[in-house]
Amino acid sequence: MDSINRRDFIKISSVATAGMALTWSGTSFVGDLFGKEEMPLSENVAKKIPTVCEVCFWNCAGWAYMDRKGEIQKIKGNKNDPHSNGRFCPRGTGGVGMYTDNDRLKKPMIREGKPGEQKFREVSWEEAIDHIVKKMKEIESKYGRESMALLHHGKTGPHFEYLFEAYGSGNIAEPAGAQCLITREAGFIATYGAGLASPEPTDVRNARCLVLIGNHIGENMHNGHVQDMSHLIDNGGTVITVDPRFSTAAGHSKYWLPIKPGTDMALLLAWMNVIINEGIYDKDYVERYTYGFDMLKDHVQKYTPEWASAITTLSAADIRKTAREMAAASPKVIVHPGRHTAWYGDDTQRTRAIAILNAILGSYGRVGGFYFPERVKPPHYPHPPLPKPKWSWKDYTKEKHKMAIMGITNIVIDHALPEYKGKHAIKGMFITATNIIQSVPDVEKTKRALQNLDLVVVVDTMPSEITGYADVILPEATYLERYDHLRTSHHKVPNIALRAPAAKPRWETKAGWWIAREIGLKLGLQKYYQWENFEEVLDWQLRQVGTSLAEMKEIGVKNYKKKEKLYLDESEQYWFNTNTGKIELYSTDFAEWGYDALPVYKAKDEAPAGYMNMIYGRIPMHTFGRTTNSPNLFDLREEGYLWIHPKVAKIFDIESGQEVWLKNQDGKISTFPSRVRVTQRISPSCVYLPHGYGSKSKKMTRAYGKGSADYEMITNVKIDPETGGTGMRNNFVTLLTENPHKNIES
Amino acid sequence: MVIDTNKCVGCADCVVACQTENNVPIGYSRDWIMEFVEGDFPKLSLHFETQRCNHCDDTPCVRTCPTGASHVAEGGIVKVTHNECIGCGACIEACPYDARYFHPDGYVDKCTFCDHRLEDGLDPACVSVCPTECMHFGDLDDPGSDVSKLLKERDNYTIIPEAGTKPQIFYLK
Repeated sequence: MDSINRRDFIKISSVATAGMALTWSGTSFVGDLFGKEEMPLSENVAKKIPTVCEVCFWNCAGWAYMDRKGEIQKIKGNKNDPHSNGRFCPRGTGGVGMYTDNDRLKKPMIREGKPGEQKFREVSWEEAIDHIVKKMKEIESKYGRESMALLHHGKTGPHFEYLFEAYGSGNIAEPAGAQCLITREAGFIATYGAGLASPEPTDVRNARCLVLIGNHIGENMHNGHVQDMSHLIDNGGTVITVDPRFSTAAGHSKYWLPIKPGTDMALLLAWMNVIINEGIYDKDYVERYTYGFDMLKDHVQKYTPEWASAITTLSAADIRKTAREMAAASPKVIVHPGRHTAWYGDDTQRTRAIAILNAILGSYGRVGGFYFPERVKPPHYPHPPLPKPKWSWKDYTKEKHKMAIMGITNIVIDHALPEYKGKHAIKGMFITATNIIQSVPDVEKTKRALQNLDLVVVVDTMPSEITGYADVILPEATYLERYDHLRTSHHKVPNIALRAPAAKPRWETKAGWWIAREIGLKLGLQKYYQWENFEEVLDWQLRQVGTSLAEMKEIGVKNYKKKEKLYLDESEQYWFNTNTGKIELYSTDFAEWGYDALPVYKAKDEAPAGYMNMIYGRIPMHTFGRTTNSPNLFDLREEGYLWIHPKVAKIFDIESGQEVWLKNQDGKISTFPSRVRVTQRISPSCVYLPHGYGSKSKKMTRAYGKGSADYEMITNVKIDPETGGTGMRNNFVTLLTENPHKNIES
Repeated sequence: MVIDTNKCVGCADCVVACQTENNVPIGYSRDWIMEFVEGDFPKLSLHFETQRCNHCDDTPCVRTCPTGASHVAEGGIVKVTHNECIGCGACIEACPYDARYFHPDGYVDKCTFCDHRLEDGLDPACVSVCPTECMHFGDLDDPGSDVSKLLKERDNYTIIPEAGTKPQIFYLK
C-alpha cells in the first residue's frame, strides 16, 4: 500500500496542489492584471467571448468570461461544442496562464550573437520584417524560393502555410506528423483507405469494450475521449489496458496487461490468432467488406498465445481471455489506434495490426466502433492560383517512404545539414509555434541544421529553446488575443467554431495572421492578400456556410446536420478507398512497394544490463513544453517526476523526492535531474518520464531546469520505413544519484 | 456532494476551475487530489479522490472560531466571513481534513460550494467542469435528488468518519 496522507503528499507533491501550500506560501505569480474580488461576477451576466482552446490539438471550443474590469476571469467550455460538451480539461480551464505569463516573448528580436547564443536586440516589427524579407530575397536569388522550409504546429500553422504556398515554397512539415501520428494514419489508410485525423472517430461512448495499448486516456486529456471513457465505465463497459505502467486508465480497467515494452505486435498477432482460430471474428463483416482474410489466417497461425507469452511476458491464458472479451463485445469494441504512435520504427505495421484487429472484430463503421465523421469546410477566401514550386518535400521523401502523407520534419531537417550536397537543400526556415529542440528527436542533428541555415525565423509566444537558434524572433499573441482560422474539424456532428480575441495582445505581440500577411506584402504577394483584416476573411467564409462573424461571436459554435451516414447500414455494400475496394487485411499497396503486406513481429532492442526502458508520456495538467511555464498549471505540477519501481529504488538506494540524473545507452547524461516518484505503478523494467520538462531556456523562469528532459535521452531513433516517422522508444536509461555536472556547472 | 471514484482520473481540473472561479491566488487551493494505490506490482488497484471542505454537520471549525467568522450558512454550507476573520488559525487546527488555508490577504479561506453559483442555479465550478462527470451536487435531504439516489444505489464512504464530524461529501466505490 503506497497511499499517502495529505501532509506527506504535499511534501512529495505527487499529484496536485494542496490547500496548505506549505511549499509555495507567499509565492504568487499572478500578474498585475488581476485584482482580487470577494465575489466573482455571475456567469449568467458576465461578458463572454468565444474561443477555441490552443493548449492542445483537441481544440475545444469555449468561452472566455470577463471580470468586472474587463479582464479574462476564467475559461469554460461551450455546451454546444462536440469536442468538449461544455467541459474543458485542466489545461484548458487553466489556459488563461498562457496569456498572463510574464515570461512571454514581448517584442520582435534580431540575433546579435552566434546561433544558440542568447544575444538578441529588440527591434520594431518593421525592422524585423524588413530583415526577414531581405534575407529571403538573398536566399531566393541564390537557391530559389523552393529552398525555404516551414515547420509548424497548431492554429498558427495555416497562416504561414498559406504564406509559403503563395510565395512558392513547398517544404512544409509538422512534428505532429512524423513525431506523432503519421504512422497511425498510414496504418489505417493502408487498411481502410482513410486515415483517422483528429479528433479520432472512435465511438467510445457506445462501445462495450475499449482496448488501450500504451494509450493513457485520463493522463492524456484528449477531452472527448476522457469523457467518452467515463460514459463507457458508467454503462458497465470493459476496459482492457496494455501498458508496462499501471496508468490511470489501467486503474479503471477490468484487465491490465503489463506488457514488456516493444512487444505489442506479438500481442496483437496472438489476439488475431485466437479470434480467427476460435471462429469468434465477425464472419459476415469479414466476408462482405475485407480482402485477404485467408492470407491473414495462414499468416497468424505461427503467432500462438504461447509464442506471444514468451515474448510479451503476459500469460497465454490472459491473452486468450482478453481476445474473447473483445470478441464477445464485437462489433461494439474499439482497439484504440492511439495518437502518438511513433515508438519503435515499425509503427505503421503495428498500427496496421490494430486496424486489422478492428476489421476482424467488425468495428469499423459500426455503432460502438468507428463512426464516419463529417466536416463543414467553408471555401478558402478567394485568391489567384498558387504558384507551383519546382520541387518540394515530396521530391526527396515519397520515393523512399511511400506512405509519407505529409512532410516529414526530420527529413526536411536532414536537407538543411551542412553535409547534404544534393539538389534539394534547405537554406532558410520558419518555425512557428513548435519547439523542435524538444519535439524532434536527435537534437544534436537539429542544432547542426539550424546553425547551417542562412535564415531562421521563429514565431512563438514563449521564449522556449528554439528561440535561441533563431535569427529573428517574432512574438505571437496567444490564442486568447487573436483571431485564427475557423475550427472545422470532422466529427459525429459537423461543426464550426470561432476563436475571437478576448483580450488585446499584450506588449508588442501580434496575431499570426497579421505577421504572415505583413511578410507576404513585403515579399510582393499583395494579390494573395486582398483583405486588410482577418475578420473580413472569417466573415466571408462564414457567410458561405450560412452564418456570419457577428452570429458566431454570439454562439461560438455552430452545428450542422450530418449529410452522410454515421455508420454502415446493415448488409450494405461499401466501397473502401483501397485498390480492391475492400478493407485490406492484406495490403496490396504494401506488397507492391516491398513493405510487409501483413504485419510481422520483429524483435526490438533489449535494455543493456543495469538499464531500463524509458517510456514517456503525459500528465493531465500539462501539454508538454507548451504549458510547463504557465503560472497556474506550473502551480498544479511543477515537474514531471521520474517514476521508478521500489525494487529499482532499492538497487539505486533512492527515495521518493530525491533527485537523479539520467544516463542513456549511448552515454548521454541529462542536463537536469528529475525528482523521483517511487511507485508500484510501474514495471521494474521501465522508468516513466513525462515529456516536455527540463527546459534549458533561462527565460522560462518557472520551467527552466525543472526535471530531466526525455528528448535528451532519445538518441537511438529508428525510422519507420513506410512513412519516415521517428521511432523514439528504443532508448534505455540508468540512474545517477551524484551530480555528474558538478565539476562543470555551478 | 457525491463523487464517483470509479470515474475520477485525478486530472485536477476541479482544482484549476476552483482557482479561476474564486480568484484563489496561485500557490493556494480550496480543493485538491489524493491518489491511493494498493497492492504490489502487478496486482494493483488505484483510485483518486478530489477533496475539499466536507461541509460537516458537526463543525469543530465553527466551534473553535473566536469571532464567529466561521459559520454554517443556509443549506449547511460552512463559510468564513473574511472581514470578521482575524486569522488566528484555530479553525485550521480543528479541521480534520486540512480543508482551510491562510489567504495571503490575512484571513482563512475555504470551499464555499460556490454558493454564488448555486444562487444562479449553477453547479459548483468543480462539478461544472469535470470531464468525467464524476461529481454530483444536490440536496441530500431530498430523497428524490440525484445525489440521494446515487447514495441509495451505490456503496459509498466518507473520509475520516472517525473524526465524528459527519462529513457531507460522499465517495462512491
